[in-house]
Amino acid sequence: MTSLFRSSLQGVAAPPTALEAGDGYQTVRTPDPKAKPTRLSAHDVCVFYGDKQALENVSIDIPERSVSALIGPSGCGKSTFLRCLNRMNDTIEGARVTGEITLDGENLYSPQVDVVELRARIGMVFQKPNPFPKSIFENVAYGPKIHGLARSKSELEEIVVTSLKRAGLFEEVKDRLHAPGTGLSGGQQQRLCIARAIAVGPEVILMDEPCSALDPIATSIIEELIDELRENYTIIIVTHSMQQAARVSQKTAFFHLGKLIEEGPTERIFTNPRDKKTQDYITGRIG
Amino acid sequence: MTDSFTVSSSGAERRRARIRAGLGRRHLFERIFRGLGVLAILIALALVGSLFWMVISKGYPAFTQANLETEVYFDPDIIKVDPPPQQQPGQSAADFRAQRLAWQRQVTMSNWNRVVEQAVRAAVPPGLEITAREATALVDAGERHRLRDIFVENPGLLGERLPFTMLASADVDNWLKGTIDRDLPDERQQLSPATRALADQLLESGAIQFKFAWHIFTNVDSRSAPASAGLAGGLVGSLYMMLVVVLLAVPIGVASAIYLEEFAPKNRLTDLIEVNINNLAAVPSIVFGLFGAAVFIKYIGLPLSAPIVGGLVLTLMTLPTIIIATRSSLRAVPPSLRQAALGLGASRTQMVFHHVLPVTLPGILTATIIGVAQALGETAPLLLIGMNAFVAAVPGTPFDQSTALPAQIYLWQGNENRNFFEARTSAAIMVLLTLMITMNAIAVLLRQRLERLK
Amino acid sequence: MGNLVIAAALLLLLGFAYQQGFARSLSLAAEARKEGRRLHSRPRYHGTLVAIWVLLPTLLVLGLWALLETSALRALIVGMLPPEVAGLEGRQLDSAIARIRALASGYGVAGEVADYEQAAAEHLSLIQNLAFLLVLAAAAGLGLLALFAAKRRISLALRARDHVEKAVRILLMLCSAVAILTTAGIVLSLFNESIRFFSFVNPIDFFFGEIWNPGFATTGSAAIGRYGLLPLLWGTVMVAVIAMLVALPVGLMTAIYLSQYAPHKVRTVVKPVIEILAGIPTIVYGFFALVTVGPFLSALGAAIGLDIRSTSALTAGMVMGIMLIPFISSLSDDILRQVPLALRDGSLGLGATQSETIRRVLLPAALPGIVGAFLLAVSRAIGETMIVVMAAGNSPVLRLNPAEPVSTVTVTIVNQLTGDSDFAGPQSLVGFALGLTLFAITLLLNILALFIVRRFREQYD
Repeated sequence: MTSLFRSSLQGVAAPPTALEAGDGYQTVRTPDPKAKPTRLSAHDVCVFYGDKQALENVSIDIPERSVSALIGPSGCGKSTFLRCLNRMNDTIEGARVTGEITLDGENLYSPQVDVVELRARIGMVFQKPNPFPKSIFENVAYGPKIHGLARSKSELEEIVVTSLKRAGLFEEVKDRLHAPGTGLSGGQQQRLCIARAIAVGPEVILMDEPCSALDPIATSIIEELIDELRENYTIIIVTHSMQQAARVSQKTAFFHLGKLIEEGPTERIFTNPRDKKTQDYITGRIG
Repeated sequence: MTDSFTVSSSGAERRRARIRAGLGRRHLFERIFRGLGVLAILIALALVGSLFWMVISKGYPAFTQANLETEVYFDPDIIKVDPPPQQQPGQSAADFRAQRLAWQRQVTMSNWNRVVEQAVRAAVPPGLEITAREATALVDAGERHRLRDIFVENPGLLGERLPFTMLASADVDNWLKGTIDRDLPDERQQLSPATRALADQLLESGAIQFKFAWHIFTNVDSRSAPASAGLAGGLVGSLYMMLVVVLLAVPIGVASAIYLEEFAPKNRLTDLIEVNINNLAAVPSIVFGLFGAAVFIKYIGLPLSAPIVGGLVLTLMTLPTIIIATRSSLRAVPPSLRQAALGLGASRTQMVFHHVLPVTLPGILTATIIGVAQALGETAPLLLIGMNAFVAAVPGTPFDQSTALPAQIYLWQGNENRNFFEARTSAAIMVLLTLMITMNAIAVLLRQRLERLK
Repeated sequence: MGNLVIAAALLLLLGFAYQQGFARSLSLAAEARKEGRRLHSRPRYHGTLVAIWVLLPTLLVLGLWALLETSALRALIVGMLPPEVAGLEGRQLDSAIARIRALASGYGVAGEVADYEQAAAEHLSLIQNLAFLLVLAAAAGLGLLALFAAKRRISLALRARDHVEKAVRILLMLCSAVAILTTAGIVLSLFNESIRFFSFVNPIDFFFGEIWNPGFATTGSAAIGRYGLLPLLWGTVMVAVIAMLVALPVGLMTAIYLSQYAPHKVRTVVKPVIEILAGIPTIVYGFFALVTVGPFLSALGAAIGLDIRSTSALTAGMVMGIMLIPFISSLSDDILRQVPLALRDGSLGLGATQSETIRRVLLPAALPGIVGAFLLAVSRAIGETMIVVMAAGNSPVLRLNPAEPVSTVTVTIVNQLTGDSDFAGPQSLVGFALGLTLFAITLLLNILALFIVRRFREQYD
């Protein structure tokens, strides 16, 4: 697997111009008649880290108020793609993104877009729970404070409490809102991070393997939470666990070696994959 | 209300409006903050730049000095001495030495100033009248000693003429280089108007020329003859000190690092040693000087102003640096190497000396050179053990009185002839910095080279 | 010459011992092999062990002789001198002894040689040669005895390797004791001399005195002078505060820019250039202060109508701040880079700008480490000597105005002790009391700083 991965990486390290012409790969797409309307949509997205190409011509529509899962073996580009959606790749030196990603028809990469505002609309939850070394309250209040969302102290408190409630954490921490956030258990920390993201009031929440550092019980709590959240938020989750993708998502996209191989309704991808590679991955032959 | 604020679409509108309202201010602040960062770096770089500019622009001219090309006549009418003594059979070495010293005293008693004066007159264009004082003011006071020494070495020169290059005096050098303001009124000039005019004339005629001042490296310090003052004593003194440091600090430092890292049981005592070493690294250098003065000089009775004492003090100062650096390079050796060695049946000692130590050699070497370079520039402790005493000799052994390079710099910067010694001091600093930078560069290159070999 | 002979003899003896041990164990091994048994340790360990056993007694003898030789011979010479010469004092006695030594060495002396001198010299030279041979023989004899004893101990079961390794370990341990001994030596010597100082001056007058006027040693012990520490401490604090006002903002902003904003290429160039500043000896900074910064500040002051002296607390403090910039920036840079990237991403992912992330997340997270770095820098500023010696103006008076000259603890140590070595009066002994104060202050700061930094490191390990 590693050697395969390495040789193909060298293969894709060709000059970008050749790739823009299209090196002839076609994503297998299955439309979902029941899907909600699209708000977020990627078109021909390529990502380069220096000379290395990490993502090749990815195009996908993300339906609103539902959970979309990005799956694939490690190093396949799924996290890279996720980080493109709120321009977190901007923070990496030497990273370059081409193509188009639109939210409500507006290109995220157009010069008029303000990254700060964009990230307030598209929140992110990371692989490892990363609460700030501040109190639980301050963790959640951080976003609203920097964005100036609350006009008064009581408004801020309301936002914090509501966000903690939505993240299903409030009951557990209501007596110790001013205790340090780093003192919580791993699963609680991750829910704190979700609350922190919710507090800014995003329309889209990106989750980068949010359960990979958690035990099974904490994982199932988070999964239930994700299912609840989709009522109000558009959620995109990267996961290395196919079971998790099957449990929480309505739409699944399979990435392999920087390419989007197949996308479609989750049920369909898991029961009847059309591409050979998807099938191999799902049945555990590559991974 | 809040629920609608975080979720509903009208809430979203209001939220976006509030975020947008703050964006301009936030981005402005971001730019200011970033600008402050750039400013800080520019300040730091400007400081490095101005420091080097100060040293080089002041010190560079000191490496060339005005020299007077002339002819010396060892006039028998001035140098009235007996023929030099020869060792008689049966005469003791001490007796002969006393006799020879008496002869040398006789030579010294001759009026060498007149010899110098005549030599200067030989270069002066005919028709120009100058007084004896004006003539001798033109060349460095050390030149009469140099002529005397040449004569002592070679008494056969009596009555001979010799083409000779004399060092111009510090005042002439200042005047010709413009280090002293040429528009100052006469009473504030060091030289008489006649000597100044003569110097200009000789420069124009080519009798005075600027030459590279090798004697900065070969002469010892001098107070009476500033133009010929050099760094030789300081260089050799520092060399001796560095030798002591290398011979003592490196083995002791590496050995204690090995012990602490590889053998010492992890208990409160080794914890204490650890804290102790870290603290020792941060003890002010002047305290080491006090320690040296009290212990090495007062109790042990080692001589004042001797490089051996300086070396010992600097050894103790360098020790923590070497220990800490060696320990961190020992720590960087992968555990797999240790386990492999132990797994093959090597004892702990064998593992350390045969397997771990060779791998850490580049780290130890780099730490040593950097530690020694640091010690080379250290000044404060030297002041307390008498290394800043005026010593006009190159030490023969580390137990002789000596000065050291940084102590020489300290002495020179305090010299009352500021115009001349500002340049001299800067030149000495250039020598010191060149040595230190070279050592550091060697350390870096060595590390790269050795790491590539692995 | 004599030392060379001894060194050569010692080396020969050690080589012989090694060879003996080596050969003995080898022959034992050869016999044992027939019975199928083997040596516990390899022959070279047996050789080394024997050599170690030989080295110890010989070193003991030679060391004793080195310690005693000078005083023993001196006593001998004095004993041979006629009473009127032996009764001489100090320097005259020394020169009389030196003459006899010079005669004995065969170099001779200038002038007339007295009969007693000639006789004493001949006697001395005889005894010197005898003693030399005796010592050499004693050392060699003991060494050989040890050699035979050690050789007889060699057996198949002798764990020579363990013994050798233990010896090596003891040697290593002794080396690591040097660091402890240094600290102990510093503390003891400072205490010792300080106590002598406090026998002249009341500690309360020293620690709380507001006037510094020690007088001169030459005026005799009658004029003890006044030794108030406060003006010096005040000067030290003032210079350190000015230094930190320069170093902290510039150093910290440099670290922030280099670790958070600077592209890789800028970082690889700028960081080493700034670290050059850290390697420059302090005497160069002192000269920089004297020649460039002082006159510059003075001219600047004149331009805006302020009277700034060119050697003042301001000059010294500013230059010391320059010296500390790389110290603060590289420590803070290390610490900022130890803050996990996840925290930065978390903040940026919420839409915080970089400066908001730095101010509200990274700096609070790195605060303990930065405080530690700050304390270390303060400790350096307090202990720094050359810059203040050259640029602070040396005026030990309590003054508030930083544009005036001040004096510091370190400057005063240098002033009181330069060139003095017998430390008889309070004028020089006060240097040690000041040194002790300095040592105590910096030690506290260092321990505190190291403790804080350690706690910080553990938090993110």
